Amino acid sequence: MTVNGWLQILAFCAVLIAVSPFLGRYMAKVYGGEHVFLTPIFGPFERLLYRCFGVNPKREQDWKSYARSLIIFSLAGWIILYVVLRSQSIQPWNSYGGVTFHAAPWDVTFNTVSSFLTNTNWQYYGGETTMTYFSQMVGLTVQNFASAAVGIVVAVALIRGIVGRSGRSLGNFYEDFTRTVLYVLVPISFVSALVLVSQGSIDNFAHYVSVHGISGIAQTIAMGPVASQEAIKDLGTNGGGFFNTNSAHPFENPNGFTNYYEMLLVLIIPAALVWMYGRMVGSRRQAIAIFATMFVMFIGGVTVAYAAEAHGSVAQHAAGIHTQVLANSTGGNLEGKEQRFGIAGSAIFDVVTTVTSCGAVNSSIESYTGLGGAIPMANLSASEVIFGGVGTGMYSILLYVLLAVFLGGLMVGRTPEYLGKKIEAKEIKLVALGLLITPLSALFSTSLATASAAGRASVYNTGPQGFSESFYAYLSQANNNGSAFAGYTGLIQPNAGNAGAHGVTFADLLGGFTMLFARYAPILFALAVGGALAGKRVSPAGLGTMRTDNATFVVLLIGVIILVGALTFFPAILLGPIVQALSGHLY
Amino acid sequence: MLRDLRTAFLSMIVFTILLGLGYPLLVTGVSQGIFPGKANGSLIRRGGVVVGSALIGQQFYETEIGPNGKPVVKKGVVQTVPDPRYFQTRPSSTSDNAASTAFSNLGPNGKTTLTAFQGYIQTYLALNTATNNKRYDAAVTKASEIPVDAVSDSASSVDPDISVANAKIQAYRIAAVRHLSLRRVDALVAKYTTARSLGFFGEPGVDVLNINLALDRISGSK
Repeated sequence: MTVNGWLQILAFCAVLIAVSPFLGRYMAKVYGGEHVFLTPIFGPFERLLYRCFGVNPKREQDWKSYARSLIIFSLAGWIILYVVLRSQSIQPWNSYGGVTFHAAPWDVTFNTVSSFLTNTNWQYYGGETTMTYFSQMVGLTVQNFASAAVGIVVAVALIRGIVGRSGRSLGNFYEDFTRTVLYVLVPISFVSALVLVSQGSIDNFAHYVSVHGISGIAQTIAMGPVASQEAIKDLGTNGGGFFNTNSAHPFENPNGFTNYYEMLLVLIIPAALVWMYGRMVGSRRQAIAIFATMFVMFIGGVTVAYAAEAHGSVAQHAAGIHTQVLANSTGGNLEGKEQRFGIAGSAIFDVVTTVTSCGAVNSSIESYTGLGGAIPMANLSASEVIFGGVGTGMYSILLYVLLAVFLGGLMVGRTPEYLGKKIEAKEIKLVALGLLITPLSALFSTSLATASAAGRASVYNTGPQGFSESFYAYLSQANNNGSAFAGYTGLIQPNAGNAGAHGVTFADLLGGFTMLFARYAPILFALAVGGALAGKRVSPAGLGTMRTDNATFVVLLIGVIILVGALTFFPAILLGPIVQALSGHLY
Repeated sequence: MLRDLRTAFLSMIVFTILLGLGYPLLVTGVSQGIFPGKANGSLIRRGGVVVGSALIGQQFYETEIGPNGKPVVKKGVVQTVPDPRYFQTRPSSTSDNAASTAFSNLGPNGKTTLTAFQGYIQTYLALNTATNNKRYDAAVTKASEIPVDAVSDSASSVDPDISVANAKIQAYRIAAVRHLSLRRVDALVAKYTTARSLGFFGEPGVDVLNINLALDRISGSK
């Protein structure tokens, strides 16, 4: 560990805390229908879109109607993306570097489509060897936007339910969706894409460049419209790499600055949503309590991951490699990490993208030390509420808040209330179901995959590492994260362009269904909770009302999150990374 | 239901056109206008011919010559080995294949990982040993003296950089085989070291392609 490394981490946190409230305030205005600085530009266009879709944005929807629009819209997105990806043989621009790109097998495509629809961006394929530029843009970039916006609108709808004073309305799905895309996602992505290009990220439609290097060795360099997708990949906490090695690839993430810029993009909306929540409920203190909860857990993860990776791995020590920091060398476990990011820049990126549902990687998580690899697993086990995915983090932590309020109420023996609304049996049932779906599907799928020969066919490494691969695969897909212990495979691809490729059907389908179920079921429960709360009367806070905006509540909330996550996942984490962290054994 | 489906498909198609064609094409257009060099991959030319990208690592290898003075051929493929006249990039699980990048996925406690590391150490020590069995850099004789970046796979498999410590060790070899003074090679290392971004973010590194091109300008390629 170095002083500079810690300073980089501190500076990043400071910038996040300084910038996110501004975006939060802006987003509160966007969803409040207020005038913002982009209204004169996008306002007329927005109204044109509604006319074109045939929707009336002023038509208020109750939770069932809102959910129905969301599900049908997602279904349309699924079908369109599947058609796009399967049509590569007949697409324009489908031949580069002498290779014609055919469609990936049906089962891999099923997995990929489900993955991008659910904001997971789990990838069994390698971008530059599987996808045409057309698929990357018209297929994947579109869902990078759409899946992010869907997550955000669910959070907005739930918040409306919590603050709603009368009636059952949660807003209008198409209005929320369109405003998210136009006023939030597109402007920030556009500016960010240009920032990335200015640093060396590429954005072109050139053929792959074939060169003879200076010592005569032939090399083909993959190209493409990278920066435009890279920006929304981070901003929307999507995480699917244009290239196979994701944000480790120099064309996606060219230097130390872009590395931190991309992390900021990943965290900015999840953090801003907390401040937006504070504005919408009219209490900055409520927002600070939730932000503090997330931040404490985030910093804890970063500290452990950085320390573990700086210490080096068992295999390095067995080989006699010196992993202390030397002059002009990073030291540490640099296996599967880039020189320009070093240990600190890799460890914090890993935590940022696993506490959120981003799942982008700038280093190979499979090569992290036992303890370093346990951190992303622990982050995923906390159900993506430490900032979390765009929208998903916010609505999930609100469910946890309701659970904590309920438990707190039980402890002091009073009817639990949150912001003046009584939390009753119906709400708590919905909350519990909403929170348990993800862990259940993660564990169910992991058991199925480890207990069956078909599942074990995907495993690459042996020993506890092999178990970690399986467990991480389904933990990540159930949490819609998308990062991977990348040895786990679902596609056998002998040649670039998919000629002769075939999928590992079991892993592809199990993963695909896991992602879909663990995405849409919690969304439905979150909207149902919003619907149940929307019509409730607000009673003024009394002396006996448990406060939800002080340090005691933060501790209670952290306790509940860790308790649920630990009780559910600790045995599984023990079997994989903890075994590796505690033993000096080689497998 | 039919009306809902119609709205869903219609809006999804409109957003597909806007976000899948409009937005990316706009970004490409503006990027090509303002940053054409970077948007096209920071390609480097020598004598008008593209020899690589400043951001993408490549192999600086030569044909392996056997004891009989002829190229070594295994299974019909001419074998190559690191060319001692050039700075060498970090180990890569894909041999710096920039059309198919991949992680090494070597686990932290793997026996295969240990074997891989031992191979990297052996290669590095051999490369930095002269034919008279003397190390070019007398200070580097065993694993613990090698900077980690030289004996661990990069993440992208096309890492363009090496650590400054790694470059300074290789500088001894370069100076000897190219008959340059060590001071001159060290000056090149300093010149081609990319500092931390904004003096603060990330780690410094030496861009291997650019420094090798500079070497060729000074003391000639083959």
